Amino acid sequence: MPGIISRLYRGDIDIDFVGKRKLWYGLSALLMAVSILGMVIHGLNLGVEFRGGSVFEFPRAASSSVEEVRETIHEEGVHQVIVQQAGPNWRVTTESLDTNEVPKVQQAVAKKYHVDVDEVSTQVIGATWGGEVAKKAWIGLAVFMLAIMLYLSLAFEWRMALAAIVALVHDLVITAGIYAWSGFEVTPATMLGFLTILGYSLYDAVVVFDMIKEVTGKLGTSAKMTYTQAANNALSHTLIRSLNTSLVAILPVAAILFIGTTLLGAGTLKDLSLALFVGMVVGTYSSLCVATPILVTLKEREPQWQALAKRVAQREASAAKAAAADARGSKQTVGASSQNGAAASEDDKRKKR
Amino acid sequence: MAPPTSSQIKPGRTLLALLVIILAMGATVVFQKAFVPKFGLDLAGGTTVTLSPVTSDGKAPPQESLDRAVSIIRDRVNGTGISDAEVARSGDNIVISVPGAGRDEAIKLVATTAEMRFRQVLAVAAASTPPATLPTTAATPNSPAVTPSAGASPAGRAVSKALAEPTPTPTVTRRARSHTATGEKSEAGTRGKAAPSPTPTPSAPAGEEDPLAGQDLTGIDPATLQRFRTIDCSAKNRGQGAQDDPNKQIVACSQDGTARYILDKAAVQGSQITTASAGVRQDTGEWVVNLDFKSQGASQWSDLTAKAFGAQPPRNQIGVVLDGLVITAPASNGRIPGGKTEISGGFTQQTATELADQLKYGALPLKFVQSSVVSVSSTLGQDQLRGGLISGAIGLLIVMVYLLLYYRGLGAIGIASLGVATIVTYLSVAVLSANVGFRWSLPHIIGLVVSIGITADSFIVYFERIRDEIKEGRRTLRAAVEVAWRRAKRTILVADAVMFIAAVVLYFLAVGGVAGFAFAMGLTTLIDIVVVFLFTKPLMSLAARLRFFSKGHKLSGLDAERMGRTSGTEQTLQEA
Repeated sequence: MPGIISRLYRGDIDIDFVGKRKLWYGLSALLMAVSILGMVIHGLNLGVEFRGGSVFEFPRAASSSVEEVRETIHEEGVHQVIVQQAGPNWRVTTESLDTNEVPKVQQAVAKKYHVDVDEVSTQVIGATWGGEVAKKAWIGLAVFMLAIMLYLSLAFEWRMALAAIVALVHDLVITAGIYAWSGFEVTPATMLGFLTILGYSLYDAVVVFDMIKEVTGKLGTSAKMTYTQAANNALSHTLIRSLNTSLVAILPVAAILFIGTTLLGAGTLKDLSLALFVGMVVGTYSSLCVATPILVTLKEREPQWQALAKRVAQREASAAKAAAADARGSKQTVGASSQNGAAASEDDKRKKR
Repeated sequence: MAPPTSSQIKPGRTLLALLVIILAMGATVVFQKAFVPKFGLDLAGGTTVTLSPVTSDGKAPPQESLDRAVSIIRDRVNGTGISDAEVARSGDNIVISVPGAGRDEAIKLVATTAEMRFRQVLAVAAASTPPATLPTTAATPNSPAVTPSAGASPAGRAVSKALAEPTPTPTVTRRARSHTATGEKSEAGTRGKAAPSPTPTPSAPAGEEDPLAGQDLTGIDPATLQRFRTIDCSAKNRGQGAQDDPNKQIVACSQDGTARYILDKAAVQGSQITTASAGVRQDTGEWVVNLDFKSQGASQWSDLTAKAFGAQPPRNQIGVVLDGLVITAPASNGRIPGGKTEISGGFTQQTATELADQLKYGALPLKFVQSSVVSVSSTLGQDQLRGGLISGAIGLLIVMVYLLLYYRGLGAIGIASLGVATIVTYLSVAVLSANVGFRWSLPHIIGLVVSIGITADSFIVYFERIRDEIKEGRRTLRAAVEVAWRRAKRTILVADAVMFIAAVVLYFLAVGGVAGFAFAMGLTTLIDIVVVFLFTKPLMSLAARLRFFSKGHKLSGLDAERMGRTSGTEQTLQEA
């Protein structure tokens, strides 16, 4: 549909994100419920870095098979052996081995597959380490949210800060839900991804809010638009930028995901970019359909904007009468929220006077 | 809205400023030959051990004891001859990075817990090596003193009752001890570098005599004697980190490597120490170390000091063994009941504090567990590095193509800006690596790649603003570029501030890779601001003067058709 694309390009679109906020709230509530359900039923598939365990990685010989590798390591008295293909390497995950067992496995593998012992990468993670990493992440998250609340309250106002934080929690819960349902492994790299999403999510919300602030700042006491309409207007204005930004942000991440999967297999790159990829998709949705609607809900409770909404409603009622008389009025699509509509109504108003 | 004041902007000058910055950084890189940044162990290959302290109450361990542990572990690592290892604190954890492969032994050694023990000295000699290797340092034990190396305490040390009748300069000690706390300090200071122990220079003439000649050897195990004769205390690895068996006689070197000892079975455990502090003795004004023991330790200490006091030198000395080395060996001035003890003799404020810390924290049951041991082979590291760089290049390329397709001429300006951002990022990476010792790991590289989006977004915000202004149709491009900038500037700064806060919080609160990732993100956010202000904006101002842009050429990205504006006459909609 070239029509829509070119209209999108020109920023000449008018989607009522804010007006349909009940729909978005419902959708988001559903998604969050499903996500939480997934976390309760399935839980997150925590990686070896959180559970504790050992990982061996070594060059994959052409002739070796998964069963063969598993057997080789079994023979060293290791019980839980998971063998994965990781790019040009084998990646073997086992229970946590002690400092004596690790070199044994290393040597056995090196001998069997004719590689140098030093070519066998190892990783041993104690069972408590993951807990500490997770604890640090939670503290980081809490401090981060406080800092952002404070900053946004100063740069904008507390309602915007609250709306941004709610959208952020929304993103996190849904991303975690996707991980729970899909069974993707959660590693420290995944957490890196989560934390980056927070930044992006806020970044996007800030750009939208900045525009809303600018647009609503002009509203003053004129009865042209309600806060809701103005906010929607601002959102439409920045929509093209939001989509562009998201796309531009996702593209390099998709590149990492692609390279990480094809070239390296399981590992930091893949885990991280998967989290980023999932999170950015969710984040783009939330900055449009969650952050701004919540802000509007909060703002419309303020007396100033309630009064404005009343005035606009009155004026629109009379404008509608005039429009009904004028057949051309029916061509207006969603109405007063677009600049066209607003300006047209303005003309009507002048006529009446 | 204020009319645009384009006269105040001098884009050429701003671009020149950026050029100067880039050239300065480039010159630094060329001058220091820092073309390839240093890489972390996950990319270069090597072993990283993370040690986490375990406390009995689960609370965070005291900071001083962690610092102490770092310094002890650093000594051990340096002692094993690994010259390029790094020991650093990361929050409450200690991270040891050993480049290269096959360092399992070193890692095992490093991770053991330091236990302190008090043992009576049975025999002592200079740090002689077998004559064949280093004949000049061979010394006879009966030579008057082991000449202390620079900074060593000039006098012998003694233990005496604290707060008891003040004993002037200890008379019972004959043998000068060369406890070079300062030497040890400098060793700890040269982290990651080769840290040779101060070369012992005994004043005694070289000889082929038995180092134990003339000493009372009764009660000493023959195997121990044999070991004593062969030990080389001037070697780098002189047994530091060795776990000594408390129920056996041991042979140990002094910490600075200038003397060697045979020590009796452990008489008092370091865990019996309650306090240790450095202080100045009221009457003489000299620095001393005060020490106190728990009740069990106090009675053991009382027995030990009494036994040593009654013995002939060198058996009147009590060796304090920490981490396989004798950190000090004061002579006993008499039985010390009740535990309160003072060690005196040639201390400076620094050496006294140092010893007090060792007594206090060396004895502290700060137990470590190996939280994670990651060993990356150099090939795996190279694979990861290649993967990171390739994805970075692809990501950059896709974004550039996208910008060009979407924004046409404006996109070219965006691409140029991304290009400049890439150059500045590379130069920053190289300069940081060469001058701050920064090592680039995989999370850093991922952080840089991920941040391409943030950088590009600043251009998008700005370009969209320009297009908005043009769409409203009242302005020439030159005016629109300035008005749009005033608005976009604020948005870019606020949004970048959020990103920067995120980066700072993560950097300081996260562990391991997350911190590296956050650093890269923070760095790119700063670079983004620099590039947008010093490059994109002035370039846009210059471009606006070109007919290609100002007349809305079809490929400029500002052509009327693409802007949804067919002709100027239809611009009837004006803001009220």
